[in-house]
Amino acid sequence: MSTDTGTRITATTTAGRVGDSPLRPDGTLKVTGEFAYASDLWHDDMVWGVTLRSPHPHARIRGIDITEALTVAGVTAVLTADDVPGENAFGLEHADQPVLAAEFVRYEGEPVALVAADHPETARRAAQRIRVDYEVLPAVTDPRRAMDDDAPAVHRPGNLVRHLPLRRGNPAARAPVVVSLDFEVGMQDQAFLGPESGLAVPAEDGGVDLYVATQWLHVDQRQICLALGMPPEKVRLHLAGVGGAFGGREDLSVHVHACLLALRTGRPVKMSYGREESFFGHVHRHPAWMTYEFGAERDGSLVYARARTVLDGGAYASSTAAVVGNAGTLGLGPYRIPNVTVDAYGVFTNNPPCGAMRGFGCVQTAFAYEALMDELAAAVGLDPVEIRLLNGMREGDTNITGQVVDSAAPVAELLQIVRDMPMPPPADTSDIRACPGAVCNTTHGEGVVRGVGYSVTYKNVGFSEGFDDFSTARVRLEMAGGEAVATVHTAAAEVGQGLITVQQQICRTELGVERVVVHPTNTAVGSSGSTSASRQTYVTGGAVKAACEAVRAVVLARAALFLERPAAELGLDGEKIVGASGEVLTGLAEVLGDDAVEETVEYRHRPTHAVDPETGQGAAHVQFAFSAHRAVVDVDVELGLVKVIALDTAQDVGKAINPDAVVGQIHGGSAQGMGLALMEEIVVTDGHVRNPSFTDYLIPTILDMPSMQVKVLEYADPHAPYGVRGVGEPPTISSGPAVAAAIRAATGKPLRRVPIRPEHITGT
Amino acid sequence: MDFLQPTSWADALAVCAERPDAVAIAGGTDVMVDLNFDRRRPGALLDLGRVADLREWTAEDGWVRLGAGVPYARIIDDLGAELPGLAMASRTVGSPQIRIRGTVGGNLGSASPAGDAHPPLLAAGAVVEVASAARGARRIPVAEFYTGVKRNALAPDELIAAVLVPTAAGPQQFCKVGTRNAMVIAVSAFACALHPDRRAVGTGIGSAAPTPRRAPEAEEFLAGELESAGLWDSRGALPETLARAFGERVAAAASPIDDVRGSAAYRRHSLSVMARRAATWAWSDLRKAA
Amino acid sequence: MRITTTVNGTEHEVDDVWPGESLLYVLRERMGLPGSKNACEQGECGSCTVYLDGEPVCSCLVAAGQAVGREVITVEGLATEGQLHPLQQAFVECGAVQCGFCTPGLLVAAHDLLARVPGPSELEIREALAGNLCRCTGYEKILDAVRLAADRQAQA
Repeated sequence: MSTDTGTRITATTTAGRVGDSPLRPDGTLKVTGEFAYASDLWHDDMVWGVTLRSPHPHARIRGIDITEALTVAGVTAVLTADDVPGENAFGLEHADQPVLAAEFVRYEGEPVALVAADHPETARRAAQRIRVDYEVLPAVTDPRRAMDDDAPAVHRPGNLVRHLPLRRGNPAARAPVVVSLDFEVGMQDQAFLGPESGLAVPAEDGGVDLYVATQWLHVDQRQICLALGMPPEKVRLHLAGVGGAFGGREDLSVHVHACLLALRTGRPVKMSYGREESFFGHVHRHPAWMTYEFGAERDGSLVYARARTVLDGGAYASSTAAVVGNAGTLGLGPYRIPNVTVDAYGVFTNNPPCGAMRGFGCVQTAFAYEALMDELAAAVGLDPVEIRLLNGMREGDTNITGQVVDSAAPVAELLQIVRDMPMPPPADTSDIRACPGAVCNTTHGEGVVRGVGYSVTYKNVGFSEGFDDFSTARVRLEMAGGEAVATVHTAAAEVGQGLITVQQQICRTELGVERVVVHPTNTAVGSSGSTSASRQTYVTGGAVKAACEAVRAVVLARAALFLERPAAELGLDGEKIVGASGEVLTGLAEVLGDDAVEETVEYRHRPTHAVDPETGQGAAHVQFAFSAHRAVVDVDVELGLVKVIALDTAQDVGKAINPDAVVGQIHGGSAQGMGLALMEEIVVTDGHVRNPSFTDYLIPTILDMPSMQVKVLEYADPHAPYGVRGVGEPPTISSGPAVAAAIRAATGKPLRRVPIRPEHITGT
Repeated sequence: MDFLQPTSWADALAVCAERPDAVAIAGGTDVMVDLNFDRRRPGALLDLGRVADLREWTAEDGWVRLGAGVPYARIIDDLGAELPGLAMASRTVGSPQIRIRGTVGGNLGSASPAGDAHPPLLAAGAVVEVASAARGARRIPVAEFYTGVKRNALAPDELIAAVLVPTAAGPQQFCKVGTRNAMVIAVSAFACALHPDRRAVGTGIGSAAPTPRRAPEAEEFLAGELESAGLWDSRGALPETLARAFGERVAAAASPIDDVRGSAAYRRHSLSVMARRAATWAWSDLRKAA
Repeated sequence: MRITTTVNGTEHEVDDVWPGESLLYVLRERMGLPGSKNACEQGECGSCTVYLDGEPVCSCLVAAGQAVGREVITVEGLATEGQLHPLQQAFVECGAVQCGFCTPGLLVAAHDLLARVPGPSELEIREALAGNLCRCTGYEKILDAVRLAADRQAQA
């Protein structure tokens, strides 16, 4: 394998390297219950922090009276906006959200005050005694009306977060076959199981150490520093165990609040949301209203596409602008379309704030364009696979922003794979668990119709539109106890996806070392960027690889001096320095002695570019990742109940660093897309969340999930380390539309909204 | 908050009388949710978990006396033959963990219109036995036990001792619509019981009215039509039109609302489908038994 | 109030427990056993599943006083003498653990299933674990792990 430094490695062992599926290093701790999640953290002398939240979607705060709360025995602090020492503002793209509401509250659940006490029950009782004088204001709750001239303003100067127009080709293009639809996607929630939690420990230097479950330590640190008015050296973040993320931990939750209480009380402060509070404590997926039109030749080949998409961003900006970017630039799917008119909007309302969730703007649009492709197929007499084979992208095609898809785009192959996978057998209706409704005994086979649906989609990997994205890794190599040990240190958040295992595998591959220690994840090393956008294996993997290469170069330079041979003739294989034919020349111990070699490298992928503000044209994205699903469903058409019988998929992952973990991510992402199609929705009425609990926000159980056949393709991206493509988001994008298509096939109903409810199927 | 843990039924009744601010808790699957979520702060918890009598069931004279503290899991395992409708409903409650702790007594105590035990109790014609220290035991037909949304006929000093359920004389069915295939609160639910000994039909509707309720006109209609067609004797096939007409009458007996789980129109529609199917299955089982 | 409960074979005595606390809270915050998890605290996720007198229950729905004098086994008690239980081993080997938050509750529920039904069918596994939510895995590798553990226990 050639490297940037021109040195060579020689592998002699095969276990646990890139391409293997070694066990995750935290697995044993997780199965014994010893793994420390943020909600498990404990500190002597700690007190509990609790948040008082607004019950109103829009109100002016006339005053806050905390005197009664302060009299509750066991309370050590009550804080409001006036107690924020730095800027009372935070936000991922714009610092438009107050740490604690000052003059206005703009969504139900917005934090207004904090209480610290010796028992969470005491803190909650005290919070109930805080008197907030609200003047309720009219709320903007329909995003389609948010841009009206007479809509109340959520923020100055108006309710538009971003408008992305996209124009390519002939705006007046016409075609003999025209199909169109309106499509609505409801508000999905990440529903990670580990509640928001953190522990803030005040430090002797006047600063604070925050242990928190999150997705990007450094962006959190930047915002906390702004709010506390402190420099980064004084605000040290440590990643605590994360119980899932899926985009829901990109924005701040307990972070500043816990630090404020800790600095005020001088005591460690633990904050942990319950499930109900969690539904108010993080952003959700943007609900979307879309109008799409395709024009095609009579043979089905696309001539033009028009799309208008409105995303409800809720009360604060979060990452809405970037989500709009994706919804616009990727919102017509992996198809060749010469003439394109797209307008994607993100708007402010007084609904719950929306932001990042796995799929990030591509999930919503996929439902629209995939439903429309099926409409087009029917209009020209092709089947759903044929229409997509006809129009699907290939390597070298230009997408709708004028960017060349310069590596594999196996749209056709992915579809053919899922089409040709064995179909499941008919359901055994003698066991009601195999029928729609399962043990609820709603059918013994009566009314059940089977349907099959297909979808193929793509996603960008990484951050886009010119964002300077990078990751940092520190790798250290030394002898310890007669054994070569590598230590890898990043700030990259492991959220369950297996990034720590990947880091070990890369070190083993590049250095030949067996034993790789993953240093605790914290801000003592430079930023690794966000655990999102399916980017960590690529970017942090790239940083770890580059740091290993730098370590190797230093080691071999020393070995060259030691052996009086050119470094270019040497290789590093764990504890051995080897020659051109793999012969062992000396030991690492001889070259290093007691010294350690340590290198810290910042890694960047090739740059992306902003898109033209009028036409949306530009090479906006780093990489594309393609996936296809085939869904088979049984629908009780009289009751509108659905059982997914099979959810099979094929996905190009470039290079499967850890094949088992890749498949695990594909399973999980498929479940989340299926959940959105069938059952998951945060129901908001007049700005109020109607179902903030697992009783009525339903995610799939093991009895809802089908078996899944998974085929992984590995068409390398030549620009990426080991050729990897991001894995986590594509399965969340192609799964839902396939399920929706299958239900349409079974019922004959158009079904233009997800999640699909029984009422939509029965028409009652 | 006090924690009171009597070890006999007499003690439990005495405590209940002395502490009107106490909330009874057995399996805890409803009460603990309210406590965990800060919705209720009673002056005391009256734990019935150590009153052994409540966890027993006995069969006597064509009835099953089901102690209020018998968990759903035991009803499923032990009473599938005697109380098939209730056993089927028990299997749909929550999750395996919930079924090990949750009880019919708790379902009755909460009196939620969505409680899974209510429709089969109504269809079977069960009787709830309650007691107080001051006045002793009294029995309330289950249809009279539900007095409003999440309200029941218990006096403040009464506890639920048992529910007496007639041993099934004929086939029973239970169906529940939920928007997921497990661990789901009923959007609507229906139970029916055939009583061939009396040539009667029992029904129970759940989640489609302020309280669980029967569909008396549908019951009379079906029983009467079966009689006039001689089907109780001949055990001939149940005409599809009759099953459909029964379903429509069951739906007409409901008073559903729109809420976050479903619309009133869907609830009515789903009841007509469930009732049609349940009657068909129950009648088919009756024919096979002949 | 004072709570005396046997947990994982050891008697624990805790004072000053507020009667409204759940067994889950007592295990996590007072007995130093944070293995059982608090994903929903309303019995809708199974992450708090423990054995109470040999039966798997949601510990978030057991009032602290109800556990007095009872025997509780948590995920921390499944391994014996430093050896992982076959289920724990299978979960790690099969990739059934991603974020792992659901894992403790699932292990107790699956442990109970295999104790009652040594060779469960797919539908039996699904029905028995329907009270345990997982958001990361789509459940496929969890099924693999349960089947692997069942096979190994059958051969042992």
